[in-house]
Amino acid sequence: MYSAPFEYVRASSWPEAVDLLEGGGEDARVIAGGQSLVPMMMLRLAAPSLLVDVSAAADRSVDLVDAELVLSALVRHADIEHSEVVRGSCPMLTEAVTHIGNVRVRHRGTIGGSLAHGEPTAELATVAVAEGATVTVLGPGGERAIPAGDLFVTHFTTSLEPGEVVTAVRFPVPGGRRGSSFQEIARRAGDFALVEAAATVALDEDDRCLSVRLVVGAVSDRPVDVSQAARPLIGERIGEDAVGEVARAVAAEIEVGPHTHAGREYRRRLVSVLAGRALLTAADRAAGAVHTDHGNGARA
Amino acid sequence: MSKHEIALEVNGRPVSATVDPNMSLLELLRTEAGGLEVKLGCGEGVCGTCTVLLDGEPVNSCLTFAVQVDGRAVTTVRGLAAEGELHPLQEAFLTHAGSQCGFCTPGMLLTAKWYLDRHPRADREELRSALSGNFCRCTGYTKILDAIEAYRDARQEVSVVD
Ligand SMILES: Cc1cc2nc3c(=O)[nH]c(=O)nc-3n(C[C@H](O)[C@H](O)[C@H](O)COP(=O)(O)OP(=O)(O)OC[C@H]3O[C@@H](n4cnc5c(N)ncnc54)[C@H](O)[C@@H]3O)c2cc1C
Ligand code: FES
Ligand code: FES
Repeated sequence: MYSAPFEYVRASSWPEAVDLLEGGGEDARVIAGGQSLVPMMMLRLAAPSLLVDVSAAADRSVDLVDAELVLSALVRHADIEHSEVVRGSCPMLTEAVTHIGNVRVRHRGTIGGSLAHGEPTAELATVAVAEGATVTVLGPGGERAIPAGDLFVTHFTTSLEPGEVVTAVRFPVPGGRRGSSFQEIARRAGDFALVEAAATVALDEDDRCLSVRLVVGAVSDRPVDVSQAARPLIGERIGEDAVGEVARAVAAEIEVGPHTHAGREYRRRLVSVLAGRALLTAADRAAGAVHTDHGNGARA
Repeated sequence: MSKHEIALEVNGRPVSATVDPNMSLLELLRTEAGGLEVKLGCGEGVCGTCTVLLDGEPVNSCLTFAVQVDGRAVTTVRGLAAEGELHPLQEAFLTHAGSQCGFCTPGMLLTAKWYLDRHPRADREELRSALSGNFCRCTGYTKILDAIEAYRDARQEVSVVD
C-alpha cells in the first residue's frame, strides 16, 4: 500500500516544527507516532503535502513538578504503561493505556498525537477530561494552555488552530484521599471501545464524598463530562444504591451515537454498568488511600 | 517528491537506500533489504504479520515510513538466529506445531521473544495479552501459546543451571 506522495522533514525542536508547518502551508501535517495518520494516508483519507516529523523535537519526558504530572507530547502509550511516576501520581492513565490497540501501536503512538487526532473513542482523551488535564500548545502566535474539556470539538476536530502543535499535557496531582477508575468494554482486545467510563472520587476523613468527577467516552462525538449528575453523592458515604441511581440517570440522559457493531440500547446499558463500576471502584480506592499532602504515591 | 538517503541496520548489517518518503519500512525491508520474511497482512496496524523490532521494540512496519528509521536498528525474524540455524523459540514452534501456513509466525516469534526478554516469567494470560495484536488464521493460538510457554520454561531451567 502506498500513500499519496509527500515531502518529509524532521523538526529538532517545537519552535522549528511550528516554523516548518507555517512554511509548508495548509496541507502540511505533523507526524508523531503515525499510528492514526499513516492508516488514514494509506487509505487515502488524508493526503498531506508535507509531513513534519516531530519525534525528535523533544525528549519523551515524564516529570512531577509542583503537584502536576507533566508529560511531553511525545510520551508514548507504552512509556505511560511502564512509568512508576505515572502510576504513583495519575494511575488512571496507567489503567487506560493498556486498552489502546496492541503492543506495536503502544510503542509508536503518542499522547500528543492521540489528543490532537480528536478521535472520540481515544482513551487518553477521556482520561484527560476526567482528570482535568491542560494541554500546552505552541503556534505562530506563541504558547497557550487549553483545558482538555475545551480541546475536543467533535469527531476528529479539536480547538487547535492551524499551525499549532501540542508540546505537553499536564495532569493535576491533588493530595488527600483520592481514587480513580477507568472502565471500558470493547468487542475484542485492542478494538476501539464501545463505551468508556472514567471516575475520580475524593473522600474526607469520615469517608464522605468531597468531590466527584465522571466522564463517559466513546458514545458521543467527544468525551462527555457528566459530573453534574454525580453531585447527589457529595457529602454522602458512597454506596451501591446511590451510585446505581446516578449511573442509571446518566445512562438515561446521555446522547448515544450510532455504532456499526452494537445497538444504541445495548450501549446505553453499558454506560450505566460502567459508570457504576467506575464510581464504586474509585470510591473504594479513595477509601484505601493514605492521607498525604501531595497525593504522590498515596495510592497502593 | 524529494528522495531521501537513509542508512540503517537490519539484523546487524548496514543497509543504505535512496527512498521516496512514502515508501513504508515494510516495503524497504522486502525490496532493498531482501527481507521477504516480513509479511504484509492488513496494512493497517491490526494483524501483526509485519511486526519488526525497531531498536528492540515491536512496531508495525506497515505503518512506519522508511525515512523515519534513518539511523535506527531493525530486527526481523531472521535476526533471531545465525543464517541456517533456528532459535530455540523457533524449535519450540516446530515441536508444538505452533506454525501451519507460517504467515503469522515471524510476527508471533518476534513479539513473544521481545515480551519474554522483558518479562521472563510471564504467565499464559500475560503472554496472551501481549500477543493479542498478532492474528493467526490457522492454529487457533493454543499451540502457539504452548510453544512459547515451553520455550519460557526451557530458558528458565538453563538460567537456573547457569
Ligand atoms: C490497530 C490500531 C489500533 C488502535 N487502537 C486504539 C485504541 O484502542 N484507542 C486509541 O485511543 N487509539 C488507538 N489507536 C490509535 C493510536 O492510539 C494512535 O497512536 C494515536 O491515536 C495517535 O498518536 P500518534 O502519535 O500515532 O499520532 P499520529 O498518527 O502521528 O498523528 C495523529 C494526528 O495528530 C496530529 N499530531 C500528532 N502529534 C501532534 C502534536 N504534537 N501536535 C499537533 N498535532 C499532532 C497529526 O498531524 C495527525 O493529524 C489505534 C491505532 C491502530 C493502528
Ligand atoms: S500488515 Fe502491519 S499490522 Fe497487519
Ligand atoms: S500459521 Fe497460518 S496464520 Fe498463523
